[in-house]
Amino acid sequence: MGYVAVKGGTDAIHNSQELVEFYRLKNATTPLDVKQIKSQLRLAIDKVMGEGGLYAPDYAGIALKQAEGEVFEAAFILRAFRTTLQRRYYSETINTREMFIKRKISASFREIPGGQVLGPTRDYTQRILDTSKAGETPEAVEKFLETFESKINQDKLQTVKTYAKVIDLLKAEGLLKKVDPNEDHSLIDITREAIRFPAPRSARLQMMCRAETGGLMAMGYSSMRGFGSAHPTVGELRYGSVPVRIKDPSGRIRYAGKIEVTEAEMISSVSVGKKNAIPKFTIGYGLCFGQNDTKVICMGILDTTMRSPDVNAPANDQEFVLYHTEGIESMGFTNHLKLPHYVDFQSGLNSIRAAMNRNSDKKLAQKQEAETAQLLPI
Amino acid sequence: MVENKKYVNKYNFAFIDEATKKEIRRKLLKAVAIPGYQVPYSSPEMPISRGWGTGGLHITLAVIGKEDVFKIIDQGSDASVNACNLREFVHMMTNCKTTFDTTEATLIQTRHRITEEELNEKQIYIYQVPQPEPLRSVERYENKTRQMHGEADYAKMWVSLYESFVRHGDIMLGAGYPVKVNGRYIMAPSPIPKWDVPNINDSKALHLFGAGREKRLYAVPPYTKVEPLEFDDVKFSVEDFSTYECFKTGYNKAYLDELYFDDGSKHFVINDSNFLDKLVEHAPLKQHSNKYLNKLNEA
Repeated sequence: MGYVAVKGGTDAIHNSQELVEFYRLKNATTPLDVKQIKSQLRLAIDKVMGEGGLYAPDYAGIALKQAEGEVFEAAFILRAFRTTLQRRYYSETINTREMFIKRKISASFREIPGGQVLGPTRDYTQRILDTSKAGETPEAVEKFLETFESKINQDKLQTVKTYAKVIDLLKAEGLLKKVDPNEDHSLIDITREAIRFPAPRSARLQMMCRAETGGLMAMGYSSMRGFGSAHPTVGELRYGSVPVRIKDPSGRIRYAGKIEVTEAEMISSVSVGKKNAIPKFTIGYGLCFGQNDTKVICMGILDTTMRSPDVNAPANDQEFVLYHTEGIESMGFTNHLKLPHYVDFQSGLNSIRAAMNRNSDKKLAQKQEAETAQLLPI
Repeated sequence: MVENKKYVNKYNFAFIDEATKKEIRRKLLKAVAIPGYQVPYSSPEMPISRGWGTGGLHITLAVIGKEDVFKIIDQGSDASVNACNLREFVHMMTNCKTTFDTTEATLIQTRHRITEEELNEKQIYIYQVPQPEPLRSVERYENKTRQMHGEADYAKMWVSLYESFVRHGDIMLGAGYPVKVNGRYIMAPSPIPKWDVPNINDSKALHLFGAGREKRLYAVPPYTKVEPLEFDDVKFSVEDFSTYECFKTGYNKAYLDELYFDDGSKHFVINDSNFLDKLVEHAPLKQHSNKYLNKLNEA
């Protein structure tokens, strides 16, 4: 009998759970090793950790496997797992000046301290489908690694250095706009309290750090393309590993480990509010787990745009940007439309039918009135 | 490989850690103290999707004790798929007894319905709320709606009701009809049909509302005045089922679902699955009483 077939729901969901597991395994191929996922799907892992808000490559790998490669779903699984862990510490602020650099570029200067370091990037690859990847063998992988390593001259390796930042140069020359002393500097933890508007910058950056890359990109792009006026320059984009330190109860700072992050500092020029004021540069900041250039660049753009509220440009509107780029929430709500809504629909149906009846009653009355009028002697 | 001890062993009672449960309970106390006021809360991620009842689940898991008897319905039905999933989750995490029987339950979680049977003073009724802000349709910004509530500035809302009447001849709001709580805050009763709205008024049970995605909690304490918004001359009314009847019982003083059979014929059936079962079995029943239902009974 029709839609009341939601009865028997428990059986239905159990069968569906089993079926989805069957679909994951039905071709009986070799089970994916989480180690493989971690190393060969590195960027997917980075996305899952970033959006899941938990730096845990192993768990991100399991989540990706469990979700059949669906990054949204994997990030969601990781976030739900995160809830079950107690927050014991807040780390000390990480200092990206001490980053072990794997990639470091600047678009604003030809040469920067330490030079431009492309590092691992697909930016300058030709996006030609490499069909030879289909037949990749373990031997080929080994051979590649051997040749690669043999090309490295161990004697010529430089000592590991850390580098000053591009913004330090600008700062030294006084080109950067000073931070507004009236800006809200409070540090809130968005995982412990609901965001309120206008949100302090700490909350905005945290929200964007966990936001969905595609969402941030859409917003950032909109501002550059025409619905806003952002067109910043990449002051510096860095990817590498940074140490994380934690203060223990005795107050001693302890080293906890290293995490990989991408950081962007986007430069835009702003005119300072007052008349005849000298224009200055301002920095939009972006940081996320792992390697994800697109995400930090867009985060940098939006950090700048949200500082000058403008309801005509979606990217300049805090509520618009932050609520709608939150991937886990938007995915959940979008998909909730699949739940049955027949009670609310019935209520709407009731109102619409009543309105239609009122309308036809009215028309009938008008028609009768007109007919009576015709019958009346002039 | 890092071993996940939590998976091997077990989760905390009711899944959420104690510190967060405490936080939710404190926010609930605040909500009860200021009926209809939306209290922001942490809203931790749950292993079910945002928009699928996380807010209701937070409340359930924060207030549930080992002795509680848990009932959950979705669109009035105990057997709806999402309700089944959540019931299993709550049972797995608490080992509490679950039931379909409305009178036996001490905690009832719901999506979009209030049971037809009257609630009692020992029961807590928990709503899953998709959109906690009744003013969202007239004001898109959160900081502005909070200010409007603060100043009890509801002019825009009243104007929108008036406009609806002028354009369509009636207030065209269906499920989730806005109500005024305790003469102060306008509140979204979650998308329950208008049929259910009068049953929150002066209810014996405690009503708690959780909007997980929007991170807000609110409450209607027992015996609190809850009035649907209406004008002196244009009144609120509940859905009219007077010309239909349930094809199984012939009863029509309950919320009915419209069904289409394979031959295309239209039928109606009582929406509340437990109420329907009890009616079929001639079990003792005490329905809510409110002025709209009483009028139907008199007629």
